[in-house]
Amino acid sequence: MEIRVQPERFDMGAELNRFSAAQDGAGAIVSFSGIVRDVASGDLSVMEIEHYPGMTEKALAKIGAEAIARFSLSDAFILHRFGKLAANEPIMMVLTAARHRDMAFQGAEFLMDYLKSRAPFWKKEITTKGDADWVDAKDVDEVALKRWST
Amino acid sequence: MIELRYFAWLRERVGTGHERYETEASTVADLIAELSARDEGYAYAFSDLGSIRAAVDQDLVELDAPISGAKEVAFFPPMTGG
Repeated sequence: MEIRVQPERFDMGAELNRFSAAQDGAGAIVSFSGIVRDVASGDLSVMEIEHYPGMTEKALAKIGAEAIARFSLSDAFILHRFGKLAANEPIMMVLTAARHRDMAFQGAEFLMDYLKSRAPFWKKEITTKGDADWVDAKDVDEVALKRWST
Repeated sequence: MIELRYFAWLRERVGTGHERYETEASTVADLIAELSARDEGYAYAFSDLGSIRAAVDQDLVELDAPISGAKEVAFFPPMTGG
């Protein structure tokens, strides 16, 4: 498992290829990428992502290890950026490898649901007019998380 | 002395990202009550407990969690990763 927290842009294709090349015996690899969405008014200047250095890495490693154990993944990769991002830039990426696709898909969904509301990241949207708003946590994200707590 | 950390709008309302603090509080909730009594900025930051999340030594905890022996307590709004 690899965890990366970085301000730099990344190449989704290169990460997927590198991860795939390192697998042996995985019949399925699932890839998910999150992209910076423009605001409703269409004038996003920058999305600023704040995080909690130290806790971020600790939380992601814990979530990753849990996903691997729960879905019998052979490997997992989590990359999350912080700092200033522009619309349409990739924010984060999750990769899972397993013998069969159902576990790889479920593992990736589980990782995403936990990342959304249990990893210490906070997004702020700043428009070209200079308005700055912290993004509110969504109730649907808590609902998504609850389905795994059985 | 413990290290206090604040993130996102909590950091903005409190006016700092971290500080050293001497406390008699035994739980996170007690600490919040102590901090809220300091001044208006803290009172405003902690006015809606439903929107406050906390971590003790970088592990997410409930607000009734003990803080005895903790080196670092962090406060922040609900997380918005992914």
